This record gives sequence, C-alpha cells and structure tokens, in this order.
Amino acid sequence: MLAYVVRRVLYAVPILIGVNLVTFLLFFVVNTPDDMARMQLGAKRVTPEAIEKWKTERGYNKPLLYNHSARGLGKLSDTIFYEKSVRLFAFDFGAAEDQRNIANEIRTRMWPSLALAIPVMLVGLAVNITFALFMAFFRATYLDFWGVVLCVAMMSISTLFYIIGGQYVASKLWHLVPISGYDGGLDAARFLFLPVLIGVVGGIGSGGRWYRTLFLEEMGRDYVRTARAKGLAESVVLFRHVLKNAMIPILTGVVVVIPLLFMGSLLSESFFGIPGLGSYTIDAIQAQDFAVVRSMVFIGSVLYILGLLLTDLSYTLVDPRIKLQ
Amino acid sequence: MPSPLPTDFLLWLLIGAVALYGWYCARRPHLAAPWKRVFQSKAAVVSAVVLGGYILIGFADSLHFRPRLAQAGSDVTYSPEVLSVLDLALSPLRQRRERTYSAPLATRLYSKEQMQVEGKTVRDFPRLAYGGVHLKDEADQPGDVALRIGLGLLCAAVLALLLTYGVGKLKRRNREVPWQAAGVTLGVLLALALPVAFLAGGYHVLGTDKVGQDVLYQALKSIRISLIIGTVTTLVLLPVGVALGIMAGYFKGWIDDVIQYLYTTLNSIPGVLLIAAAVLMMQVVIDRYAELFPTAALRADVRLLVLCAILGLTSWTGLARLLRGESLKLSQLEYIQAAHAFGVRDARVLSRHILPNVAHIVIIATVMDFSGFVLAEAVLSYVGVGVDPATTSFGTMINAARLEMGREPIVWWSLAAAFFFMFALVLAANLFADAVRDGFDPRVRMGFVPA
Repeated sequence: MLAYVVRRVLYAVPILIGVNLVTFLLFFVVNTPDDMARMQLGAKRVTPEAIEKWKTERGYNKPLLYNHSARGLGKLSDTIFYEKSVRLFAFDFGAAEDQRNIANEIRTRMWPSLALAIPVMLVGLAVNITFALFMAFFRATYLDFWGVVLCVAMMSISTLFYIIGGQYVASKLWHLVPISGYDGGLDAARFLFLPVLIGVVGGIGSGGRWYRTLFLEEMGRDYVRTARAKGLAESVVLFRHVLKNAMIPILTGVVVVIPLLFMGSLLSESFFGIPGLGSYTIDAIQAQDFAVVRSMVFIGSVLYILGLLLTDLSYTLVDPRIKLQ
Repeated sequence: MPSPLPTDFLLWLLIGAVALYGWYCARRPHLAAPWKRVFQSKAAVVSAVVLGGYILIGFADSLHFRPRLAQAGSDVTYSPEVLSVLDLALSPLRQRRERTYSAPLATRLYSKEQMQVEGKTVRDFPRLAYGGVHLKDEADQPGDVALRIGLGLLCAAVLALLLTYGVGKLKRRNREVPWQAAGVTLGVLLALALPVAFLAGGYHVLGTDKVGQDVLYQALKSIRISLIIGTVTTLVLLPVGVALGIMAGYFKGWIDDVIQYLYTTLNSIPGVLLIAAAVLMMQVVIDRYAELFPTAALRADVRLLVLCAILGLTSWTGLARLLRGESLKLSQLEYIQAAHAFGVRDARVLSRHILPNVAHIVIIATVMDFSGFVLAEAVLSYVGVGVDPATTSFGTMINAARLEMGREPIVWWSLAAAFFFMFALVLAANLFADAVRDGFDPRVRMGFVPA
C-alpha cells in the first residue's frame, strides 16, 4: 500500500513538470514579458523605459532559460524559468500585480471557498441520490419519464441563468437574503444560503440523471435477481442492495473532486461577491494578472493529481476485491 | 462583393463533410441502420426539426459579403462593413435603432426625457423612432398587435394545411419515421415565427437594448456563434482525439505512455484557466499583428476561431481516453491478428479495421459535446475570455443583462431572449444526442440484423 502511494506520488512529478512547462511556454515564450508589460501598462505607446521598469520590478528582466552573465549555479537559477516556474514546486508563488503575496492571499481566501463548496457538494450529493433513487424506484413509469425530462431540461439551462434568476427572485423580489457579499463566522450562513441552493439546483440535472443510470445498471446485475428471487420487497432490494453497491462508483466519482473544492467555484463566487479562490481567479483573469493565473494553474494541477490518487485509494477502501500493486 | 470569413469556410466545409457522410451512409445498409434507428424516435425527429431551424438561420448568417457603396466608372468601392445574408433579410431590424431601452412591443422609450410639447417642457416617456410609429393613436396598439398575431397565425394555418398534405405523402413512402411529430413541430415553429415576423414589421418584438438595438436581431445573430462554437470546436477536437486515442490503444508500449502522459497533463490543468491563459495569449498575438486583419469583423472572427481551436485542443482528452480503451480491446481480437498474419501494415489496420469499429463512439461523443460547448461559450464570455466583446453572442447578451437586472425598473427582455433561444438550442441538442446514443449503442444493436 505504502509502496503504491509512493510510486503514485513519484508518477505525479513528471506530470507536474509537464504542467509547469506548458504554463511556462504559454506565459513566457508565446507571450514575452514585453507583451505582458505592454498589456498591463495599457497604452499603445509605452516607452521602452517604462517597460524595462515594469519588468525589473517584477523580476521579468532576466533571461528565459540560461543566464550568461551570472556565475556558477546562478547561470541556471538567475533566470525567469527558475524564479517563476521552478519555485512553484516549493509553493513559492511570489507577488500579484498589487504587490500582495499570492501564497498569503490563497491561505485566507481558501476558507470562504470551502465554506461554499463543501455544502454544495454534500447537499447536492444527498439531493441527487434521493432524486435518482426515486426515479429508479419508479422506473419505466410516467414518473420516471418526466423525471428524466426534467433532468434534461435542467441540464440545458446555463448556470448563469440559475444564478441571475436565483439572485433576482430571492434577493430582489422577496428580500430573503442579501444579494451578495460575505462575512466571517456564523453570519456567513446568511450570505451562503442562496449560492449553496443555486449550486445544488444547478447540479440536479446532470447529477440526477447520471446516478439514475448507475442505479439502473446496478439493478440489471445477478445479485439483484437473486435478492428478488428470495422474495425481498422491491424497496429492500433498492435501498439495501442496489444503493450500497452503487455507492462505489458514486463515491469514487466524488472523491476525485474533493481536493478541487479548494479552488472554489468561479461563477458563484464572482456573482455573489464571496472572497474565495474562484473570484480571485476570475479577477486575475480579467485584470490579466499572470502571476496569479500561473499559481492557480499549478495549484489546480496538484489538487487534481491528489484527487486521482485519493480515488484509487478509496477504491480499495470501499471495494475489498480491488488490490493495489 | 463576397467576403467570407474564415469560420464561414469551416462551416461550409463541415456541411460538405456531413453531406458526404450522409451520402456514403445511405448506400451502405450497415451504416444507415443506426441512423434509421435514431430517426425512429420521436424525440430525435422533433429535436432535429428544431435544430434544422437553428442551422438554417446560422447558415444564412454565414454567407458574408460587403455591400457595394458607389460605382465610378470601373472603380467600385465597397463598404468596410461585412454583412451576411441574414443581415440583409433582417435589415429593417438591424437599421431601426432606438435611442435606448424600450420594452417588447412598446411604443415609447423605457426612460423619461425632457421634451417640448406645445411650447412647454414636460418630462415624459418619448415616442419611439420606429416602434409602433405607424399607429395614429397609441391606444390602438393592442388591437394592432392582435391583428398582426392573427394574420401570422392565419398564414401559419395555411402552411400547416400544406404540411399535413406533405406529411401524409411522406408517411406512405416511409412508415418508420414519425413524420407526424416532425410535422407538428414544424407547425408549432411556424405558428411562433410567423406572428413574430408580422409583429417585427412594426414593433421591436423583444424590445431594444441599451444602445437601442433590437434584441430579437441580437438573439438571431447569436445563433451563428453558438453553432460555430459547437461544431468547429469538434472539427479541431476530432482529428487529435481520434488519432491519439486509437494510436495509444493499438501500438501500446512507449507510444501509449507518451500519449497517456500528454492527456493526463492536459487534464490536470483546470480547464477554464488553461482556456483563459491561452485566449489571453492569443489576444496579444492578434493585437501585435493587427494589420493582418483589416476589418473588425475579421478580427472578431479570428478570435472566435482561436477560441474554438483552444476549446478543441483542451477537450480532446475525454474522447482519446475512450478510444484508447476501445482500440486496446479491439487490437486483441482475432480479425486484427489475422490482418497482422497476412502482413497488413499498421496504417491500413488502423484505417480499415480499427477506425470503422470505433466510429460509433466518435459519433456519439461528437453530438454529446455540442451542447456542452454552447453552454461553455456563455460562461467563457462572462469571464471575459470568450468571443470578442463587440460580437453579439448569448454570452455577451447575458453578461450585459446582468447589469440590467440591477436597474430599477428592471430590464428583463434581453435575458429572457437569450434564455429562450439558448434553452431551445441546448435542449434540442441534448435530446438529439440522447437519441443518437441510443441508436448507436452496440448494446441496443444486439440481435438486430439490418434488412
């Protein structure tokens, strides 16, 4: 087991290096620091001095890969590649455009993101499973048919509409909750209620349909027939046997996204003004703050790989037949 | 002067390819069978009719030209503005600009202004420049609207009669396709479109936006963007995904390792961020070589093309993984081994034996992805890395509507129009994709022998 984990972690290294190279290529080779400076400084006619100054302030004035003027190891380390890309491995993200430390920012913004993402995931899971079980229980009836129709219709609505519509009805029309904003402590619940609700409702369409397929697949198996042959009631078959076995694909599907919850949700956070990592990312994209985007790409990749690892481990926990080698 | 944009070429190429594929399938019963199964389902036929309507609008909007301005001797000057056939057909809608917001079917603006009435300055809602100007008395507006709707419905009813005749004929020719459902859908579409067309002659049916442009016109223009995002992206995605996927599964060994490494790496980068980064970079490149793109339309179009390419290049991983698994399974089968024994070369085995046997997965994945890309466009445009901000797309319409919802009194029609047009498109695409999946799923095919 331990050997397996170690091997998987080692396997993650080349992938992270690949991610790093891709971002390096995108951010420094396709688009040179001069272009970035011009973009940030805005005007079409910026002086070369202004560009130089901008680059020096941010440490972009070094050679890309190899520094001829430095001595010893400095030839490799006194470069943009080392300073901006390799340092990411040590979770040293540097400073954003507004000179604030990105790592600090991430540490404080992580909590609002989690406060939104975890309830959305848990409540969403419960609601989707209940809805899917309901459809599976009434399978091949009109209830099931209209349930699927409802799912497809809900899948066809853009998340943006859920958010805008929800904000309008709950906040503007009924004045139930504040329209946006955030506050620490228990007060956060007031602000989080609507985003969580919208996150859950928006996910019912695809989630409910996907789980229904899983349940129906499970119901075609031999052990279900055996259970029915024993004379068990349909509800017992469904809730005790099918549900338990269908939990395996459901749980492993959930585990892979757990680490990514840290990243927050881009849209909800920016619409509801929650100061999490999602809105941080969106703001960075809109302000073209490349240092932040680069850091978020790296963190996202690390978390994704962590999710894959956790998924494999969770297989062994929920399904004893699987042995990791 | 015809002035096609790059995406026009791709769209027409795509139509050509689909037509060729249809012709190829029609003569081979084993290829036509799954499509026949698809078109036996009512949902597929209904959604195909709706999609057909969208595609028609999209294609009318993909025939671009630059109108002739003046002709002096042999010198002809052309307008710098690129128009499409749809623009030409909708030129009343395009040109009748109000000053600012006006509600659907309104005769007056949505905000009060200072006006001179009989020498006195009053503050009131001014009459619109175009909406309802044909009315002598504004009180006639409900009657006029009802008359126009009635005329539209009458025309629709006449066409529906012709339709029933046609459906009856088609039914006798081919009994398996639910022509009735198709006819009813077409009738409903006509009953919606014709009254709108009659109303559009005198009013802004869906109101106007902040700069006074007709919202119905914007919604119709957005359709092309959605179709392009949904289809051209696939055009980029398919070659990469298919080639890498079947090569990984067939060759195994280090090729498999490299391809797996490639898609795990790409997959592990958060999608939106990768797209955002790539779009931002391309924006810089487009700005640097601005002189290559003389018209604003061309610049916006190149950006759209780049967006499609980036979306495609970041989303081939799912398809590649599916195809890798499938061709891994196929390459173990006896007929592939027999091909090896006969000395058939790898390239030929791949193209003759593997590719046709994974085609159903490719087709299912293609139609399934369409609606996802349409929805993605809206989100990306909201984030600011989607289409050119000057282009009307569903994303930019929603983005603008976000501020309008905060107005007092609120402006709801832009959002409602975007919602309705987008929902119908995505729903139809989803239903059609489901039907295609059911028709092509090999598990359904068991025990079915094409006649």
